[in-house]
Amino acid sequence: MNGLTHVLTQVLVALFQVAAVAVGGPLLLGLMRKVRSRLEGRAGAPIHQPLLDLRKLFAKQRMRPRDSSWVFGAGPVVLVATVVAVTAVSPLVSASPPLGQSSDFFAVVFVLLLGSVLLALSALDTGTAFGGMGSSRSMTIGALCEPALLVAILAMAIAARTSNLPALVRVGISHPAVIASPARILALASFLVVILAESGRLPVDNPSTHLELTMIHEAMVLEYSGADLGLIILGESMRLVFLLGLFVNLFVPWGVADRPGVLFVGLGLLALVAKVCAVGATIAVFEVFTAKLRLFRLPELLAGGFVLALLGALTAVVR
Amino acid sequence: MSFRFLYQTVVHPRKVVKDLGDAPTPQYTAATLHGSLQIRHVDAGSCNGCELEVTSAFAPVYDAERFGVRLVASPRHADALLVTGPVTKNMVEPLRKTLEAMPEPRLVISLGDCAHNCGIFNGAYGVEGSVSDVVNVDVHIAGCPPRPEVIVETLRGLTGR
Repeated sequence: MNGLTHVLTQVLVALFQVAAVAVGGPLLLGLMRKVRSRLEGRAGAPIHQPLLDLRKLFAKQRMRPRDSSWVFGAGPVVLVATVVAVTAVSPLVSASPPLGQSSDFFAVVFVLLLGSVLLALSALDTGTAFGGMGSSRSMTIGALCEPALLVAILAMAIAARTSNLPALVRVGISHPAVIASPARILALASFLVVILAESGRLPVDNPSTHLELTMIHEAMVLEYSGADLGLIILGESMRLVFLLGLFVNLFVPWGVADRPGVLFVGLGLLALVAKVCAVGATIAVFEVFTAKLRLFRLPELLAGGFVLALLGALTAVVR
Repeated sequence: MSFRFLYQTVVHPRKVVKDLGDAPTPQYTAATLHGSLQIRHVDAGSCNGCELEVTSAFAPVYDAERFGVRLVASPRHADALLVTGPVTKNMVEPLRKTLEAMPEPRLVISLGDCAHNCGIFNGAYGVEGSVSDVVNVDVHIAGCPPRPEVIVETLRGLTGR
C-alpha cells in the first residue's frame, strides 16, 4: 500500500511538472514579448497571446510539401516528446522527481538534442533552400554548443561528485557553499550562453526576424503549418522554460520542494515561476539592447562559453 | 494528443492539395480566430504608399500587435493574406501561389484603392487588374493610402478585440 501511494505521488509530480512547463512555456514567450514591446515604447500583445495563437493553430489545416517523407511529420512530435520526457524526470518543482535516480544531466542534454536534430532533418526533408540553410546553420551552432555544455556539466559533476540532476540540485540546498564555488559559477555562465544559443535568442538568432537570409531557427520551420507549427512553437517554448528552470534551480535552488507534500510542491511551483520569470524578463531586456551577432562571429562567443566551462572544470579538479 | 492525431501526423500524413477546385472554403470569423491573426503581406505592384501605412500600423504609435495581429514570414504560418497595389502581370502567378501555399481556413484582405480598382494605374500596360480579378477577396480596406487608424480598425474587427 505504501509502495502504491509512493508510485501515485511520483506520477502526480511528473504530470504536474509537465503541465506546468506546457502552460508556462507559451506564457514565458508572451512575457518576453511583452517586456520587449514595453521597452520599445509599444503596449504589446497580452501575455497569454501565444496560448491564443496555439489554440487557433491546432484547429487549422496542416500542409505537407509534396515530396516530403515521414521525417517532416515526425520532427514536431519528437521535439515535444523529448521535452516532455526530460521534464517529467528533472528537478524543476520537486528536488526528488520520479525516476530521479536515473535522471542524469548528460542523458537529459542528449535527449533534448534528439529533438533539435530531428527538427533539422525535417527542415532538410522539405527540399527548400531556406530549410537546408536553416538546418545547416542550426547544426553548426549545435556543434559549437555541445562541447561547452558537456564541459560545463563535467565541471559541476566533478565538484558535486555526481552527474545526477536531482543530486546536483540537492547539493546546492544542503551545502550552499557549492553554488558559490568557482566551478559552479563558471559552469553556469557557460550554460547560460548555451541556453541562449540553443533556444535561438539574441545575440545568436533573432526570434522576431522576417528576413529569410538572417534566419536560423525560423528558416527551419517556414514550411510548417497548422498543428505541426503549433507543436513546434509549444516544444520550443517548453524547452526554453525547461532549460531556464534547470539553470535557476542549479544556481538558486531555494524553494524547490525537497520533501513530499502538496504544500511544498505548491511552494516549489511558485518559486520556479518567480525565478524563471525573472531570468526570462532579464533575457528580454538584454535582447532589446543587443544586436544579432554576425554568423562568423558566433564561434567566438561560443568558444568563450567553452573556455568558461573549461576553467570551471579545472578549478573543480585542482581545488 | 490522440492516436488519430499521431497516426495522421507520422504514419499517414495528408499531402498538400494543390488543386482546391470549387470546394467551399471554410471562413474565418472573429469567433473562430479567437483573437489571433497572423498576416502574410504581398506587394502585388504597389507604389509603396500602402506599405508605409502598414508599417506604421504595426509601429509603436498604432501598435496593431496589441490586438493579437502579427506579420509573419511565411504563408504557411498565416491566416490572412494582405495584398497591396494593382496586380501587375508579373505578380499574378506569385500571388496565386502564395494563396495556394496557405492552410485553410484563410482570408484575403486587399488594402488600398489600387487593390480595389487599380487606381491611377488603371489601364496601364503592365497591370493585369485588381486583386479581386486574380483571387477571391474577403475584406477590403479603402483609402489612398488607408490611414493606419482604418487598418487597425479593420484588423480589430477581424480579431474581435
